[in-house]
Amino acid sequence: MKVLMLGWEFPPRIAGGLAVACYGLVKGLVHHGVEVTFVMPLRSGEEPTNGYRLLGAQEIPIPYTHAIELPPFWHQVTFYGVRTALGPYLEQLEAPVLHFEAVPQPVPPLTESGQLFLEFSGKYGPDLLSEVYRYAYAVSHLAEAVEFDIIHAHDWLTYLGGLWLKAKTGKPLVVHIHATEYDRSGENPNPEIRAIEEMGFRGADLVTAVSFYTRALVAEKYGIPLEKIWAVHNAVLPKDRQPIQRPPSSRKVVTFLGRVTHQKGPEYFVEAAARLAPCLPEAHFVMAGTGDLLRSTIRRVAQLRLGARFSFTGFLPPAEVERLFDLSDVYVMPSVSEPFGISALEALRAGVPVILSKQSGVAEVLPHALKVDFWDVEGLANLIYGVLRYSAIRPFFIRFAQAELAQLQWERASARVLEAYQSLLV
Amino acid sequence: MRHICLYFQVHQPFRLRIYRFFDIGVSHDYYHELNNRALMRRIAQKCYLPMNTLLQRLIERWGPERFSVSFAISGGALEQMRLYAPEVLESFQRLHKTGGVELVGETYAHSLACLKSRREFEAQVRKHTETLEELFSVRPTTFRNTELVFYDEVARWVAEMGFSAMLAEGADTLLGWRSPNYLYQSAAAPDLLLFLRNYKLSDDIAFRFSNREWSEWPLTAEKFAGWIADLPAEQRLINLFMDYETFGEHQWAETGIFEFFESWVNRMLEQGAARFVTPTQARKDHSPAASLSVPAPLSWADSERDLTAWLGNELQTDAFDTLYSLEEPLRQTSAPDLQRDWLYLQTSDHFYYMCTKFFSDGDVHKYFNPYNSPYEAYVTYMNVLSDFRERVESAAKLAKKQSETLSTAEASPEPKGSAEAS
Repeated sequence: MKVLMLGWEFPPRIAGGLAVACYGLVKGLVHHGVEVTFVMPLRSGEEPTNGYRLLGAQEIPIPYTHAIELPPFWHQVTFYGVRTALGPYLEQLEAPVLHFEAVPQPVPPLTESGQLFLEFSGKYGPDLLSEVYRYAYAVSHLAEAVEFDIIHAHDWLTYLGGLWLKAKTGKPLVVHIHATEYDRSGENPNPEIRAIEEMGFRGADLVTAVSFYTRALVAEKYGIPLEKIWAVHNAVLPKDRQPIQRPPSSRKVVTFLGRVTHQKGPEYFVEAAARLAPCLPEAHFVMAGTGDLLRSTIRRVAQLRLGARFSFTGFLPPAEVERLFDLSDVYVMPSVSEPFGISALEALRAGVPVILSKQSGVAEVLPHALKVDFWDVEGLANLIYGVLRYSAIRPFFIRFAQAELAQLQWERASARVLEAYQSLLV
Repeated sequence: MRHICLYFQVHQPFRLRIYRFFDIGVSHDYYHELNNRALMRRIAQKCYLPMNTLLQRLIERWGPERFSVSFAISGGALEQMRLYAPEVLESFQRLHKTGGVELVGETYAHSLACLKSRREFEAQVRKHTETLEELFSVRPTTFRNTELVFYDEVARWVAEMGFSAMLAEGADTLLGWRSPNYLYQSAAAPDLLLFLRNYKLSDDIAFRFSNREWSEWPLTAEKFAGWIADLPAEQRLINLFMDYETFGEHQWAETGIFEFFESWVNRMLEQGAARFVTPTQARKDHSPAASLSVPAPLSWADSERDLTAWLGNELQTDAFDTLYSLEEPLRQTSAPDLQRDWLYLQTSDHFYYMCTKFFSDGDVHKYFNPYNSPYEAYVTYMNVLSDFRERVESAAKLAKKQSETLSTAEASPEPKGSAEAS
């Protein structure tokens, strides 16, 4: 079986769990004998390749033409210019950018043969939407160039490309949902992103969601029948490194890791820390990650006079994340809405007890994790206190959660995806 | 004629409230008054009162010589009845007056103290006996340990305390090839007779009665009487031991459990197939078939019949050890509030809530369980214990100081040195 997979991220360039999940899934599918071509916006050449084909959208040759033939669904999208920074994963807040062009203007570089290549940043910049459209246009040219039986698109960023390919070839389309706009933005979704998501869910032959939690959310918020949505839980790659030695210290490290955005609930972490700090002098709080709430979070920490008890690391690359876990005594994920939460598995892999919000998909596969409602700051503080003060939790947790972790293999998740493919090909 | 020995366990723990670390050193109020009251009231309405009425009707109809039952009512249950449902206590007292009830002794706190301290175990047994004397004017002669925990050493202690019979689980590890349907005696304490639970027939009622996936569902009085009739004629003593809350709570009234029970009893007695006896009554008609020995504790819980439901994981053993590390300092003080909390905190349910089996076959473990996970149970318990420890330690220190002051005062006529003594 041959699958054309569309995704925005692939290691080593990682902004969140998306790259990790795509990589694991591709490896798992290859394990099952599936031929995978993975198309990302910008291939740097540093990506690991082993048994699958990687392609950057910037490498796709596009025949020069004056009349771009748009697929019928394209007209369902309303395009309008907005004087604001759009997109969920803003890496920096730069000057607002206008973008009116729904379809990329054919601009050089033209090759001698009359072909052109589109440009991609591969980032989550303020001009994300136009890059999303360019990506769709580019990958639509793979209809003839690549052989495939099925199209598999990850998150809204690639849904338009998937739909375009399906319109051209009639091949079945699976859209994978790692995070919805409701997870990222709460009850005020960006209407354009939401519209693209809904088009993807409706236009696809099957939707795969990273948890039952997300499956229910897609059904509820987008009106998609549950039968059309399969839950495929993420997994984690086995550990391939030795933990570093911790310097001897009585300090206990409480870690938050993730984008500092509404979705991840950083304010609940800070409020829990505020309640713990006086009773637990040995506790030190680390916030790793960046995002639009970082400044207000730091302000709140200062206001609480907890600056000396907090470390803000900014964004950490994967190797540093591993190091951080080695130094952590407890990992807290107070997400307001977490489709999955792959970092919880990574913490677990490093032997760190994990406290999850009940509003997270990963909780479904970790019955042994400690769980609390994200808004229950006192309950969260109490669990952190328990983990740090009462010595029986750590060995207990590690014994049971590691056994659960061993069950979460990408081969298993991919087998389920393969099953989904097969259901569409009969 | 066959003898059926029906024994019911009545127990309610003082469940803890949501007690967080901010409460340590601030609040000494540990119990979820609202929940405990609501649960006791609910169980009273659904189980205790209707089932007591039903049993009273049967005793009055057949007379105590043909229909008697036995109960062990824990100290926690008696206290909660007194506090929240005095009509239940009165109802048990009325039932006892019919002469068709034997009250069985146990540890007051429904604790596993025997595993840690003989002294504490015996103190609690005595306290329970005193309470039965006060409320029912009776001294128990039959004993049953918390969760039917039984092993040779505890059999010896129980015999030495003057009990003549003890209830235990008819576990395969204890019986081997033997049948539980005989009277036995303890090898460790030959004067102590053993009544062993027939777990198959007991659990048919207690656990399987309403289970529609069970191949024998629905269980009828006729069918159940038939199973007993089919037993070999020489097996003359059938011990059916279960939680009293089976009737109306674990098995709701809607399942027909009350009708089943009453019509089964009536059927057995109308056919003259059996008498329903208490351990004390049964002693006269049976002699022990063999002596049994078991060095390691067994219980009536889960399929393992061991202690793993209470002391099977790190959380439980840590909490248990921490609790009993306070036994020694507690001896220094007799403050009634500390002694009360000491008892309430020993109740086995607290450890049951931290059970890992919760995650797998936790159905039974979830019943009346106030926590969402063993972690919550453990953290809450340890928070309470942290506060309790502080109180115990400061009380012990105070008591020590006082006794030193006293002895210094006695030793020398000048009480000057007392300040340094602390």
